Amino acid sequence: MAISRARRNRVSELMAHAILLTFAVIAMFPVILIIINSFKTKKAIFKSPLSLPNAESFDLVGYTTVFTQGNFPLYFTNSVLVTVGSLFFVLLFGAMAAFALSEYKFPFNRLTGLYLALGIMIPIRLGTVGILTLMVATKLVNTHWALILVYTAQGLPLAIFILSEFMATVSKDLKAAGRIDGLSEYSIFFRLVVPLVRPALATVAVFTMIPIWNDLWFPLILAPSEATKTLTLGAQVFVGQFVNNWNAILAAMALAIIPVLVLYTIFSRQLIRGLTSGAVK
Amino acid sequence: MQDTTLTTARKKKPFPWHILVFMAPAVIVYTAIMILPLAETLRLSLFQRDSVTQAVSWVGLENYLRLFFDPFWVGPFFNALGNNFFFFVMHMLLQNPIGILIAALLSMVHLPGKKLYRTAIFMPTLLSFVIVGFVWKLILSPLWGVSKGMMTDVGIGHLFMPFLGKEETALTTLSLISVWQFIGIPMMLIYAALLSIPEEVIEAAECDGVTGLAQFFKIKLILILPTIGIISILTFVGNFNAFDLIYTTQGPLAGPDFSTDLLGTILYRTFYGQQTQPGDPNMGAAIATIMFFIILAGVAVYLFFIQRKLTRYEM
Repeated sequence: MAISRARRNRVSELMAHAILLTFAVIAMFPVILIIINSFKTKKAIFKSPLSLPNAESFDLVGYTTVFTQGNFPLYFTNSVLVTVGSLFFVLLFGAMAAFALSEYKFPFNRLTGLYLALGIMIPIRLGTVGILTLMVATKLVNTHWALILVYTAQGLPLAIFILSEFMATVSKDLKAAGRIDGLSEYSIFFRLVVPLVRPALATVAVFTMIPIWNDLWFPLILAPSEATKTLTLGAQVFVGQFVNNWNAILAAMALAIIPVLVLYTIFSRQLIRGLTSGAVK
Repeated sequence: MQDTTLTTARKKKPFPWHILVFMAPAVIVYTAIMILPLAETLRLSLFQRDSVTQAVSWVGLENYLRLFFDPFWVGPFFNALGNNFFFFVMHMLLQNPIGILIAALLSMVHLPGKKLYRTAIFMPTLLSFVIVGFVWKLILSPLWGVSKGMMTDVGIGHLFMPFLGKEETALTTLSLISVWQFIGIPMMLIYAALLSIPEEVIEAAECDGVTGLAQFFKIKLILILPTIGIISILTFVGNFNAFDLIYTTQGPLAGPDFSTDLLGTILYRTFYGQQTQPGDPNMGAAIATIMFFIILAGVAVYLFFIQRKLTRYEM
């Protein structure tokens, strides 16, 4: 019996590999297509789009165009600034509020929690009209702050929701011990609790970061100026302008993929750990 | 909230400033940038600007009446609404079941290379719409012809057509692209949910002789139903907000001939104006409000009818 079971497992394992491989290829195909063609001559892009660049078809003209004609380094810096800034505030403010909600009993505790969770379901985009009016009134239009504030507000509900579940699991004895040792509430939060919920912070970071990095709507409306353009908006404009310069477009897209890949590789292990421990509770 | 905290706290201890310090930044930013603008949207939808005098005046529900009964608005609005439902149904039929299948395969105890598969399948989710929209436009365009060549290679070249350029196929094609992009999200969440099913439950099932597919459908699937519920509602909210993919592939006019128009694109056009029409913030606010109520209705249905029926098992 043991043998037949092992054999059956091998068959099902092979089938699993076949199905997963198919989906992985479908998922990766467009990405690979962009990357290999970004290194080829225009002629080779059209003639044999599926082949790898070789000595004859290898060409970096796309990349040189992007670096000389586009403002890509600037857009890239803007994107990093906005994403990192928003992430910082979402994680800091979110963790603080989550800690207060899960740690202290105060009037309207649950109601405040519910009020903050409301935002998970309501897309902030529907308030664009009001946000634009507000940003115009406070003269924040075309500044990084406009985007950072909007993304912080957008990210907070989910962050608070996930983090307060985690904060509730931190051992009560530990916090009590900290209080006996004379730690202030702030030290208990920053020195005891925050380090313990790091996987949860990573999960929140990934899910907050992806929509911010890729957002087109708010940069288009709140910060479309050349100085504040994000990479996504810049690439969109660039693609529109260089509609026939295929080398440049492919190179621009290949460049826009790399940072996301790097960020994901850094966070992915913590992401899975955060997700599973969150579900177990 | 502040005042009540103050009066109740005064009886016992000094005022708990730290609670206020912990709560204030989140509550202030969230209220100022999210809740108040949403309320402002509701308010704006009840006003209208006179085209001659430019004076803004209260018009009550007139904008909504125009949206539902004025022939100029009814057609485009219900077209977008219908398209949006189609878009959502496609995601529910394809994205979530396939996501569950992939997650189930990934959670097999012994499967080398699962990390690579996971990363590859999650990758499109990380890409921006600009890249996704443009690369698919390239692949599907008759000009470059990658897809045409590939279809010819497998003997179905005669079926090739400009999928994004024809009214009959454009919306389906875009739905499939969107499914391709976001399949990683149900995959990740279900995978995590499957991993967190306790060993004892699985062992007990195996002792009772429940293995393989039966085990999946009779035990694991039941246990991950709450996660599937959450994914469904997230899909709903996400789909009824979709804008970027249509905007980057088909432009703000959601061509060909508005066949890919969604609520998000009609909102953008109405608010900012586009070639054939001047911008109308009040009408845009009315559309945003309708979207708000549609999403709220969906969430309410989920909370009251679906989530209540789901049994949560303590794990």
